[in-house]
Amino acid sequence: MASRTWIYGDDVNTDVIFPGKYTYTVTDPAEMAEHALEDLDPDFSKNVKPGDIIAAGKNFGCGSSREQAAFALKHAGVSFIIAASFARIFFRNTINAGLPAVEHPQAARAIKQDSDVKLDLVSGELYVDGAGFRFAPFPTRIMDILSAGGLVNYVKTTLLRARNTKAR
Amino acid sequence: MTGMTFPEKVLATKAGLSRVEPGQIVTVSPDFLMSHDNTAAISKTFTAMSAKRVFDPGKLVIILDHCVPAANEKHAQNHKTIREFVRSQGVSNFFDIEHGICHQVLPENGFALPGALILGSDSHTTTHGAFGAFAAGIGRSEMASIWATGTVWLKVPPTIRIEVFGRLTPPISAKDIALHIIGQIGADGANYRAVEFCGEAVSGMSVSERMVLCNMAAEMGAKNGYVPPDETTLAGLAGRARHEFEMVISDEDADFQQLLTFDASAIKPQIACPHTVDNVRPVSEVAGTKIDQALIGTCTNGRLEDIAIAASILMGKRVAVGTRLLVLPASRAVYKEALKAGYIADLIDAGAVILNPGCGPCLGAHEGILAPGEVCISTANRNFKGRMGCNQAEVYLASPATVATSAIAGVITPPD
Repeated sequence: MASRTWIYGDDVNTDVIFPGKYTYTVTDPAEMAEHALEDLDPDFSKNVKPGDIIAAGKNFGCGSSREQAAFALKHAGVSFIIAASFARIFFRNTINAGLPAVEHPQAARAIKQDSDVKLDLVSGELYVDGAGFRFAPFPTRIMDILSAGGLVNYVKTTLLRARNTKAR
Repeated sequence: MTGMTFPEKVLATKAGLSRVEPGQIVTVSPDFLMSHDNTAAISKTFTAMSAKRVFDPGKLVIILDHCVPAANEKHAQNHKTIREFVRSQGVSNFFDIEHGICHQVLPENGFALPGALILGSDSHTTTHGAFGAFAAGIGRSEMASIWATGTVWLKVPPTIRIEVFGRLTPPISAKDIALHIIGQIGADGANYRAVEFCGEAVSGMSVSERMVLCNMAAEMGAKNGYVPPDETTLAGLAGRARHEFEMVISDEDADFQQLLTFDASAIKPQIACPHTVDNVRPVSEVAGTKIDQALIGTCTNGRLEDIAIAASILMGKRVAVGTRLLVLPASRAVYKEALKAGYIADLIDAGAVILNPGCGPCLGAHEGILAPGEVCISTANRNFKGRMGCNQAEVYLASPATVATSAIAGVITPPD
């Protein structure tokens, strides 16, 4: 099944991505996914499928530091986000959630709901209906966190490796 | 070679380098790590990372404030988990529910220091730049990772220098200045960047007012807000500082990415209208809008000066019939001072509900949630849809003077 693109505008904030009233009570990944984008687009959580992508305007994820905003989108099955720009804490949180987020104003604008979008993080290339867009690939240490599937796995592997080295 | 900005100096020092450039990624060891009710979630992530002991429990500062006392069983369990974690890890800097809001309690206890690198799992951690610290918000997993490893990567931000010249005359306050700047530059006007506030109006501000500017820097998207430390800062730190510190100040020939200037004397009372913080207008343009609730408090405007202004306006008056006024002192210390000064009695006589120090309804967890169709005017820093617990309510943001004046009128009203 083809992936779908969810298109949103500027300044999508963390309160509408994952409302504050759930931040201390909703922790189960499936339940978090059910509330993703609840106050902006109630259709999102009902219809989102694994592999879908989000294209948005500037300052996506502004507001609170709550990482559940990034995690809820990841748990909902979103494979990556292309936006004109991201708010800084949200951007760090996407890396830590293992959810690739690429800033590209032109590409974000070019993406339509039925667009075919392909992302190559390693080469820094993005294709929208065949049209290519380039971006600076992430530095190695950020790629390492993304490849590990997020910060939890990354730190876990690092700590276990350090312990094993010490044990030897 | 040009000079260095404040963030470049602090991050170079913490990374053990002589010089860093904007855009450079450095590995640093923060001085203090602040977390609040999200400590329970962080401790679970910490365990999921297979970490066992916090690298240095003395660097952790844990303050319960977001939903205190617990509103329900889940929040109660959350707090219980945190208390157990604090005991098992030997975290001595723990402030349980009686103390107040993290961004008030941290400086009151001398952790916010010039030149210090403070990371907090809360976006308004930028507040501590008012004391000359480099203070930024991070997510929960990231906090768990620093607890485990002691280090974190940070990208050195370029700096925007915002000069506010002229004089601040009542009823214009630091909040009006902050809202005006956000209205001008937008909610992403300082995204990824450091903001340095300076100029006559800023150097004339109290520490409390500087905290308003740095707190609101988060709403410009800034990585950190900062006011160069001076005599006012030193006076504010007297008898509090947790350790020795060095005043770190940008070199005059540093490479600032942008220089913005604002004239304090030309600014009228400002208000952020629903549902974004950069939807700012003069209060006069929305005067007459009916309000159901008014809120004075939060990490932006819950300090003694704010409560004093509210009390001076409300003294001998009554909150309008059909309007509820909630007042939350930012900390126990603020509450005690406000009681001693008689402000609390004046507010109670005027019909205010005094809530215990904490975040209250600001993030929609408890204590004053709005109903569909209701309108609230608040001294807080965010008015996003759903922010105060109801996605069909509206939140306006303004100064304590504007909120107090509006509470008496029952409709949005500019202060005299």
